[in-house]
Amino acid sequence: MAVEINVTGEVVTARLSGEIDHHSARAMREEIDNAVELNMPTLLVLDFKDVSFMDSSGIGLVMGRFRILSKSGAELHITGASSPIHKMLKLAGIEKLAKLEGR
Amino acid sequence: MKVTNKFAMTVLSRSSNEGFARSCIAAFATQLDPTLEEISDIKTAVSEAVTNCIVHAYKEKLGNIYINAELTDDNSIKIKIRDKGCGIENIEKAMEPLYTTVGGERAGLGFAVMQSFMDKIKVSSKKDKGTTVTMVKKISPRFSINA
Repeated sequence: MAVEINVTGEVVTARLSGEIDHHSARAMREEIDNAVELNMPTLLVLDFKDVSFMDSSGIGLVMGRFRILSKSGAELHITGASSPIHKMLKLAGIEKLAKLEGR
Repeated sequence: MKVTNKFAMTVLSRSSNEGFARSCIAAFATQLDPTLEEISDIKTAVSEAVTNCIVHAYKEKLGNIYINAELTDDNSIKIKIRDKGCGIENIEKAMEPLYTTVGGERAGLGFAVMQSFMDKIKVSSKKDKGTTVTMVKKISPRFSINA
């Protein structure tokens, strides 16, 4: 499974794993969106600890989830990004949309 | 600059080939003894270029993606990714960060990533004929203590 969802109170954590590209991103998005729709969290945490590769499709994934969450005023946090993923997030200016937590 | 090795492959524009293509190029590039970061940069840039062929050049239909790579004696890799798809009408506009024609879940960062992760990039395109992206990355020399 490429996404493992954990729900604690009003926090949904989506632990992503494997490679994120245009091919794999769609299934990941669907799983995250289902969990968000079902649980209506105030905070979504995207955990990238087990992601071994990510291209700009991952940025699309983060930006798309940010748009959905901001409709209900919920927050987005990103955690566990390795240094190549951090480089990509920084290039896209994601820190303006989401809090980047410890790597 | 002398070409010391080369490699060519053709894949269909199926999204499952994104991972295959970047892994092949990464494996070829290891002959230059790159760092993990350099390999990751190359993989990411190739992934962006191949994804562009699939999402933009061929859209709903399937077509060939032609991938060539050359190693040169200045310790560089030159990668050429070509399609015979719809072409890009305005290359300058297409290369602007965050510009996308498909919207939704695409960030519009493909070319920005290629530019930032590689040393050189050249894009040539003709409407209804296709697009060629050529990228070069120089791999930093690494000296061993015993050398």
